[in-house]
Amino acid sequence: MGCGAGRRLLHWRDPTQPLSPMASEDDEIMREFLLESRDNLSQLDRDFVALEQNPRDHTVLSRIFRCIHTIKGTCGFLNLPALERLTHSGESQLSRLRDGEILLDAHATSTLLAMVDGVRRVLDSLERGAGEGNEDFSPIIAELAKIGQTEGSSKAASLPAAPASSVASQGPRSQRPPASLRPVPAEPAKAAAETPVEAAPRALNVGDTTVRVDVALLDRIMNLVGELVLARNQILKFGTKSLDAGLVAASQRLNLLTTELQAGVMKTRMQPIGNVWNRFPRVVRDVASVCGKKVNLEVEGADTELDRSVIEAIWEPLIHAVRNAIDHGIETPERRRLAGKSPTGRLLLRAYHEGGQVNIEVSDDGAGINTDKVRARSVERGLVSAERAARMNEREVAHLIFLPGFSTADSVTTMSGRGVGMDVVKTNIEEIGGTVDIATRAGLGTTLKIKIPLTLAIIPALIVTSGGERFAIPQVNLLELVRLEGASSRRGIETLHGAPLYRLRGNLLPLVFLNEALELPGPGKSDVVNIVVLQADDRQFGIVVDGISDTEEIVVKPLGKELKALNVFAGATIMGDGGVALILDVLGLAQHTGMVSATRERAVVEPSTAARDESEAREHLLVFRVGSASRVATPLSRVARIEEIAPERIERAGGRDVVQYRGTILPLVWLEQEHLGEAPLMSAEPLVVIVCSEGERSVGLVVEEILDVVEEVVSVESPASSRSTLGLLSVQGRVTELLDVPALFRRHEPGFLARKEVAA
Amino acid sequence: MSRTRQICSFVLGDLVFGVEVMKVQEVLRSQAMTRVPLASNMVRGLINLRGKIVTAVDVRARFGLQPLAADREPMNVVLSTGDGVVSLLVDEIGDVLTLDESDFERPPATLPPVFRDVVVGVYKLERSLLLMLDVERIVTPERSPSAVGTAA
Repeated sequence: MGCGAGRRLLHWRDPTQPLSPMASEDDEIMREFLLESRDNLSQLDRDFVALEQNPRDHTVLSRIFRCIHTIKGTCGFLNLPALERLTHSGESQLSRLRDGEILLDAHATSTLLAMVDGVRRVLDSLERGAGEGNEDFSPIIAELAKIGQTEGSSKAASLPAAPASSVASQGPRSQRPPASLRPVPAEPAKAAAETPVEAAPRALNVGDTTVRVDVALLDRIMNLVGELVLARNQILKFGTKSLDAGLVAASQRLNLLTTELQAGVMKTRMQPIGNVWNRFPRVVRDVASVCGKKVNLEVEGADTELDRSVIEAIWEPLIHAVRNAIDHGIETPERRRLAGKSPTGRLLLRAYHEGGQVNIEVSDDGAGINTDKVRARSVERGLVSAERAARMNEREVAHLIFLPGFSTADSVTTMSGRGVGMDVVKTNIEEIGGTVDIATRAGLGTTLKIKIPLTLAIIPALIVTSGGERFAIPQVNLLELVRLEGASSRRGIETLHGAPLYRLRGNLLPLVFLNEALELPGPGKSDVVNIVVLQADDRQFGIVVDGISDTEEIVVKPLGKELKALNVFAGATIMGDGGVALILDVLGLAQHTGMVSATRERAVVEPSTAARDESEAREHLLVFRVGSASRVATPLSRVARIEEIAPERIERAGGRDVVQYRGTILPLVWLEQEHLGEAPLMSAEPLVVIVCSEGERSVGLVVEEILDVVEEVVSVESPASSRSTLGLLSVQGRVTELLDVPALFRRHEPGFLARKEVAA
Repeated sequence: MSRTRQICSFVLGDLVFGVEVMKVQEVLRSQAMTRVPLASNMVRGLINLRGKIVTAVDVRARFGLQPLAADREPMNVVLSTGDGVVSLLVDEIGDVLTLDESDFERPPATLPPVFRDVVVGVYKLERSLLLMLDVERIVTPERSPSAVGTAA
């Protein structure tokens, strides 16, 4: 499954960078060579690991051979003698492997991988413009020569001499394997010798449909689109005020085009996470062999796409997480056998989209985190008081490993050195606006769950007002909105020692009055209380704001250095009316108000966190009403947005109801009709529409009323009663039907069938 | 032969200040501003300068002077510094002066400390003195307002 590496691209040089014509040609060839070789090398890592498991896989062997051969061939052309010598000796052994003369074993793999690393170092040095570098590769070359030396020893011994003589001649001829075997080898060698010549037209063929674009150029386009989005927002504001029909129409068109352009440009920057994961088989292999463990890597959702900037930012944290999982999570084969597990540990990398974010999970089936030891260690290192540690639940204790002082060097499961503190993982992920969570079961394994935004440049945010100012809250941090009206509004808020609290579905939610926290004037008398429920670190809190406006796509702009120290703000953005709004940094606000202490020490256990201790099998469900009495639920992960749509916006097309929505046509499904067989009643009230998306397809489910979002263990208790449900389950003690979203898609959005089914 | 420098001058109360003309990006009339809660009183707010967000620094507050009369609107002197663009809020913008280095002197020792941090020297004009500002130092980083939280 070659994701990115299989895609051959043509390089498109930034026209703004002038190069002298002579230099440009050579540079271009060199750059082309470096780019292509890098792609090939990342494929190589995976191939070698695959090969180790199945040493006779001829296709893989041939591919490896071809790759090294191509590099070697180009070396002669570009005059890179050291690299040529190294690849040549590698190639010689590979051709023997390919011809079945010798068999790949662990030692051979390691040696060949060492050769690949050597090649990579030369490429790095070339990329820096430092020529080939002056590393001496003769130890690797000598080691390579030893591969399979037990058989046909005299010939193998003569191999190191071969490279020297072959430098000038184009190589392939001299690497003919010992004559004792089949006469065939000469053929493939000759065919392979032509590869460098062939490579160019082949690349062109594939390249016809793709263009390699300079990343800097893409970044610039993205910035420009960001500005365009802001200008569009401004024009729209004028458009709504204007009476000129022409202007209104033009601004709406601009709106649609900008949205489309934005989506298009975002897409050009999207890369499958598989591009990063491709490098993991090698990492896992290396770490596992150092730790003396057996690990089988599985990946799921490698085609999940992320913005390039995000992909870059998660690479390091993921490496840390994977190392930690192997080093501290998965046990040695003996211990696994004793525990009744398969000696080979499982490591699962999983990625999927949920609610406009990407979730990445690193799971292992190892020993889990020994919470007693973590507790003891944390107390010993003075990270928490003994008394507090004793009161913590398992989940909170597991989170202690994210504390900065919690070093792995003398950590719970011995084996030190390679692991890096988990606080680094957490800090890095939080820097890009993500969150980290960990779930562990003693003896069964650990799952690290990382949630990150799709892109860093343009983010959806909720606009709120407080003390006469507008603030943007990134939707990543947003859990839900609660509005208390009328007489109940003030009574809804209780205080404990002066700290305001709200009972949210039985759990106590600490509150912050935003105007007080920011030292802004308070609102006038009002019987409405708006609570924005946020997630910071692993805890929830609510902020009370004066008003809630709409959600808007905002472009994050940094604050000047004179304001950098204000950790309550993550930046600022320009609103539709041209004004500036500050973006709240939810974690910073939580720290500022004492919700989460800056040292991240967990406070006293709250009933709320204790209640959702074994949260693993739980799922967030959106509960809504269909018709007059039916309670229906759907996993929140299926819900893209909830919208109010005016009935007059509904149009008929192709025999069904549709609305124009965010630049696309959204088919509407009247759940009442679908579900109960009752014809929908038309009213002038705005319709509540749940927008479900599956890839690029969306349907809008028209429901009566949104009831709640709950976290429940989903276990269907009775089979389906209607074609649109999966069955009945109990939610908050009341019978609720679970909606079968894929079935709805199949019926109402036929294009969905073409896509693969994603498990709920 | 002595060297000359071009200085953009502006007025705050009865004081005349100057910055190097090459550091001045533009001069604007009063702009709509978004205040920044919790920031020091030196930061008056943020302005939208053609899509760029620029911090407006209240120079009067910076030097501990009385605020400008409510009926007067300050001017923005937009400077490009090594750390980005900032806008200085001043009472009035003056001329661009070509001044001789021979009229330049180190700041007098009697200058109050708030000035001494950012005034690199004094030009002796015919009728007054011009305080030359170091634009890189006029915006000193904000102290963290939540210092309590970050301690320990």
